[in-house]
Amino acid sequence: MTTQHKSRTLTMAQAISEAIGQEMERDERVFVMGEDVGKYGGIFSATTGLYERFGKERIMDTPISETAFMGAAIGAAAEGLRPIAELMFVDFFGVCFDQIYNHLAKNTYMAGGNIKLPAVVMTGIGGGYNDAAQHSQCLYASFAHMPGMKVVVPSNAYDAKGLMVEAIRDDNPVVYCYHKGIMGLSWMSYFEGSTNEVPEEAYAIPFGKARVVREGTDVTIVTLSQMVQKAVLAADLLANEGISAEIIDLRTIVPLDTETVLASVAKTGRLLVADEDYLHFGLSGEIAALVAEHLDSIRLHAPVRRLAVNAVPIPFSRPLEQHVIPQVDGIVAAVKAQLATPIGL
Amino acid sequence: METTSDRLLWMYRTMVEIREYEETMAKVYLEGKLPPKIQKGLAFDIGAGPAPGEMHLAAGQEPVAVGVCAHLRKEDTVVGAHRSHHFAIAKGVPLNAMTAEMFGKVTGLGRGKGGHMHLFDPEHKFSCSGIVGAGAPQACGAALAARKLGKDWVAIAFFGEGAANQGAFHEALNLAALWQLPVVFVCEDNKYGISVEKGDSTAIASNADRAAGYGMPGVLVEKNDALAVFEAAGVAIDRARRGEGPTLIEVKTDRYYGHFQGDPETYRPKGEVKELREHDPIPALGGVLRAQGLLDDARDAELRDAIKAKVQAAFEFARQSPYPDVAEAHQHVFAD
Repeated sequence: MTTQHKSRTLTMAQAISEAIGQEMERDERVFVMGEDVGKYGGIFSATTGLYERFGKERIMDTPISETAFMGAAIGAAAEGLRPIAELMFVDFFGVCFDQIYNHLAKNTYMAGGNIKLPAVVMTGIGGGYNDAAQHSQCLYASFAHMPGMKVVVPSNAYDAKGLMVEAIRDDNPVVYCYHKGIMGLSWMSYFEGSTNEVPEEAYAIPFGKARVVREGTDVTIVTLSQMVQKAVLAADLLANEGISAEIIDLRTIVPLDTETVLASVAKTGRLLVADEDYLHFGLSGEIAALVAEHLDSIRLHAPVRRLAVNAVPIPFSRPLEQHVIPQVDGIVAAVKAQLATPIGL
Repeated sequence: METTSDRLLWMYRTMVEIREYEETMAKVYLEGKLPPKIQKGLAFDIGAGPAPGEMHLAAGQEPVAVGVCAHLRKEDTVVGAHRSHHFAIAKGVPLNAMTAEMFGKVTGLGRGKGGHMHLFDPEHKFSCSGIVGAGAPQACGAALAARKLGKDWVAIAFFGEGAANQGAFHEALNLAALWQLPVVFVCEDNKYGISVEKGDSTAIASNADRAAGYGMPGVLVEKNDALAVFEAAGVAIDRARRGEGPTLIEVKTDRYYGHFQGDPETYRPKGEVKELREHDPIPALGGVLRAQGLLDDARDAELRDAIKAKVQAAFEFARQSPYPDVAEAHQHVFAD
């Protein structure tokens, strides 16, 4: 009999809950806390089926007390357990951020490395489904801005599983951001590219390794999360017009794979950052600065361009929301504009 | 600490040690911070001297630390707040590494990166935080871990009366009671949140009454007395260890110094501290020990000399220790 490594097509939500379940079987120190993670299986299905398998002592529904359970995750992690705390919407970080950025992120440092806090903060991000300004943000760059947290932002089921396994096994705080619009939920339209082949066995994807989703020669599109799926559709349209776009899926922003980004931009000479987080003081500026700092070894053929949410809260009304969040046609237009705008002087 | 007399002696000795530590720190802290050695025009320079930064001392509040910690084992967790030297000492955190931390030296508990409000000693299961109220949820996590690991360990959250108006406190109480966690919440009512009197910040007289809102016992210790705290804490900790859930204890205690060193204390009635010091809990417990034949002048002097030497040695260790290499600033953001 030969061992066969099977894979199936899974949604991102299924891949995440499978990863958590396999790690819980492998390591009894792993447990989940959060709102509606138990009988409901997670509002965005990240823990579906786990309550039935592991029971309420390991899949723990909490009161709507994010400060209490984020703090409890810190206390439990300091004792050697490996909690996964789900913050239902990343937008809710405001009610518990002290525990996250003042404690979870800093205690290892302030202890001179004498304590480890192996905790995963798992959270739903992103808009596009008319949930308005308090339930639609990405905010991953806000976590990445502050030291002490690894920040993971998968774009598809295969990566989601491998990155969750890595997150659970990591000895550090990891903020794991899943975009609601690629989870493959039965009640929210999603980008089908995010549902893909996932091996049955557990596997870990190392942090800090971006994925070249598609090779190209004319422009580098640096992106992540749901925007990867939009970029793929945009690249198809661009290819029809003879434009070859390379797509880099960052997968993690802390650590950031600067090498892959720089190598690609050095090759194409054009950089477009497509991001669903806020434009200013954020991820897109960080990538642009990275390239600017390496202009001794990179020759740009066009100015850097950035697509992101431009200094407004996410509006509710559908046409407004679709306008402020970068879309496929916006990516296409931005690339074309870059090709039409060579470096001056 | 097998017998009651052992515990009584330990409490006395530890209170003396805490007091000696805080009084020594109060002096050392001022080194280099006063005119004429500082920038012209300043009355005080917080960032100068061997122990720079904020300094919150706990002299007067010793009964809370020893009355609770006398019941603890090494495996039990203590989470303190910004004013935590007394808890750290009572939990067994080594003075040398603790003092070096407050001096920012590489031999400190956190290699000089935490400072006096952020002391972490995983071996003695002690930590504290400069954020008011933040420790209560973390103590719940330690208690949850104890239960998950099948141990009869308990966790103590120490905080001031000001913290009882933080959301974190209320969320933690509800969670602890809901999950019946082996945690004891110990509120030190030293009357002031920095300058604001309790009556000007808190809608009810006793925070112990708030326990009823979460279905847990609430106990008010009305005297700044080590034995009274010892008794109340014993009941609560035994209960927690037996798996019967959390307790909230409030202790009326006294803060002899300002909120931080350098605090002008203009909000405090004149003579208040003098009056408080007339009820010093250390000679009070000493009297009890003497009445039981556990202490006499000779023994007291011997014990105080030994403590003085130990504290002096810790400060000397901190002074002599090197600062971390600046490259260390970039280390330990993440665990290896």
